[in-house]
Amino acid sequence: MVARTQAWKRYNIRAIWLSLAYAAFLLPAVYGFKHQLIGGPAAYLVAVLPALPIIGIFAAIGRYLVEEQDEYVRMLMVRQTLWASGFTLSLATIWGFLDNFQLVGHIDGYWIVVVWYFGLGIGGLANKLTLGAAGC
Amino acid sequence: MENRLKVLRAERSWSQQDLAEKLEVSRQSVNAIETGKYDPSLPLAFRIAELFNLAIEEIFVSPASRSSGAI
Repeated sequence: MVARTQAWKRYNIRAIWLSLAYAAFLLPAVYGFKHQLIGGPAAYLVAVLPALPIIGIFAAIGRYLVEEQDEYVRMLMVRQTLWASGFTLSLATIWGFLDNFQLVGHIDGYWIVVVWYFGLGIGGLANKLTLGAAGC
Repeated sequence: MENRLKVLRAERSWSQQDLAEKLEVSRQSVNAIETGKYDPSLPLAFRIAELFNLAIEEIFVSPASRSSGAI
């Protein structure tokens, strides 16, 4: 575990607000589509709204990397994101081919975000094993 | 990168936390530098050198010098 810096605390606050926004957009969207209350062009907007806070969290991670003053802690996070990205892209590529040849079922695209966050954990483990500190 | 940070710190009876606070970095950063797991950037290396009032090369051992046996 690495010391929680001011930049990390600011990231956490942003992530909490974005998570609340995600819930605030997702729940009405699910309800609206389930009860067929939404149609036409508005449906596209309502469907995309829950994605925006998640994109915001990616931006918040980028902002954290810019604001982090502790270069070692920043490096740990950069390594984590590289691991997460590599892991996610690799898994998505493998799954894409398996799906293409109809060997596995189709998975909704937004699960890629969940896999990426799981990849952050793998990056933390890699940091712990190689550098002795996991990161954020 | 091999360095004398731990020795210099011990000479002043500073803990890793003490040194981290003086450098405005985390204790983990100091530990990683001391153990050679992380090489500091040039600005941080200068801050370390200025804190101990030494030249950078008096704290950090050049890998090239090390391999050639110059030090």
